[in-house]
Amino acid sequence: MAVVVAATAFAVSPLAALGGHLVREGGAALHWSFFTALPAPVGEPGGGMANAVVGTLLLVSIASLMAIPVGVGAGLYAAEHRGRPLALAVRFVSEVLSGVPSIVIGILSWEFVVRPMGHFSALAGAVALAIIMLPLVARATEEMVLLVPSALFETALALGYGHARAVVRVVLRTALPGILTALLVAVARVAGETAPLLFTAFGNHFWSVSLREPVSALPLQIFTYAISPYDDWRALAWAGALVLVGLAVILGIAARVTMRHRHGRRVR
Amino acid sequence: MAAASADRADVPPVTTARLAAEGLGAYYGPTRVVRDVTASFTPGRVTAIVGPSGCGKSTLLRCLNRLHETGRDARTTGRVWLDDVDVYAPDVSAVAVRRQVALVMQRPTPFPTLSIEQNVVAGLQAAHARPTADLRAVTEDALRRAALWSEVSHRLRARPGTLSEGQQQRLCIARALATSPRVLLLDEPTASLDPLSVQKIEELVYGLRDRVTVVMVTHNMQQAARVSDETAFLLHGELVEMAATTTLFTTPGDPRTEAYITGRFG
Repeated sequence: MAVVVAATAFAVSPLAALGGHLVREGGAALHWSFFTALPAPVGEPGGGMANAVVGTLLLVSIASLMAIPVGVGAGLYAAEHRGRPLALAVRFVSEVLSGVPSIVIGILSWEFVVRPMGHFSALAGAVALAIIMLPLVARATEEMVLLVPSALFETALALGYGHARAVVRVVLRTALPGILTALLVAVARVAGETAPLLFTAFGNHFWSVSLREPVSALPLQIFTYAISPYDDWRALAWAGALVLVGLAVILGIAARVTMRHRHGRRVR
Repeated sequence: MAAASADRADVPPVTTARLAAEGLGAYYGPTRVVRDVTASFTPGRVTAIVGPSGCGKSTLLRCLNRLHETGRDARTTGRVWLDDVDVYAPDVSAVAVRRQVALVMQRPTPFPTLSIEQNVVAGLQAAHARPTADLRAVTEDALRRAALWSEVSHRLRARPGTLSEGQQQRLCIARALATSPRVLLLDEPTASLDPLSVQKIEELVYGLRDRVTVVMVTHNMQQAARVSDETAFLLHGELVEMAATTTLFTTPGDPRTEAYITGRFG
């Protein structure tokens, strides 16, 4: 028993130390201006990361718009036609893709978006994040759809639903809370990605919401500030880290809540 | 109540249909599950299909509303007549057939994301059959016919997950009745229920005969004897015998039927 408690304490202490340090350092540097002001030049007081907050929202939104329809569609196909060659291929590719290091996916986006365009862009960053989200969304959709009893689908058909209507209105609708949970987890995961953005979205010290221009993102700005030699920049990096972790925590709680919002008793 | 009976007067006259299988066969891949079944299900009566587990009862039932063909590697041969229409004719749509020949599954399958009320009208809405205005009347009528109205009338917006399993099954019957089908197929509708719920559903099924042709699969011979007018005995996918229930249970014509109903196998 004592060993278990000690092991637990040992495992939890880095997290507690990180959390404490993050709140102390980040909290001290976190002011309202963090969300409203652009980064200030070195030496000038104040300044924030408003452009990075907006950039992260932009990148994650565009990535979601690309990844969710494709991922949900692929997962639905894999679940509905399980055992068929293409369904096995979807599952295999999803598994491989979710194991690929994110920096490699960044290279992919650089090769297929940055190079043809000739410059870094928000679009390239969003493409990289979308490729990271895709297998998470596809696998989760497949698993959640497989949990829906097939009798429910047959019941819909027996009631005179057409095939597509039965899939969308009954199967997908029943699996939706689980899929939403997975989407929130996927969003939280890519919102913190740094490596694939370094040479795609690239970062930007100014306002930009154009898909064709480089754009800042919270992890990029944190990276830039954290390795800088200036104390006020490093303090802002802590504030950025606190915001990013806060975002992950909020998405995590939202995911738990949607998970709990399943409907009554499960149909066996 | 007065309003409900007024609504009922608007409902078109009862249109129970004669349903008949002619040389019906069903396959899963190369395996033949139903062999050359020819049988006629009389309008306004309850027909029970009995037989040992795995004899093809459920598959036969699922062929009657073209649900069997939606399974993987599943196919059907022969014909099924709904009055004078061959439901397997190339110009007949399976969806249209299923709207006239409803099926209730073995276990309750209410749609968990919809309310009780939405469940009842789900089939109607899929068919766009009626204007929204009288959905409420249809809901009440279907729930009354399924003997569930008094238990759920005060909580139509609740999820079906809050109902007992027996109530859920009656909800599924109400949902099937709401589309005004001409034939109602029941696949062992009481298999997963407690005795009290079984009794309620049996009474309900018996009372439905006037307005819909009922075909019910059951492995419980007492149940067949209690609720059906005619009984068909199926063995290894073959229709051994079909007769008035009292005849089949007292003076069966085939030695295999006699062996089964006296409990020598199955």
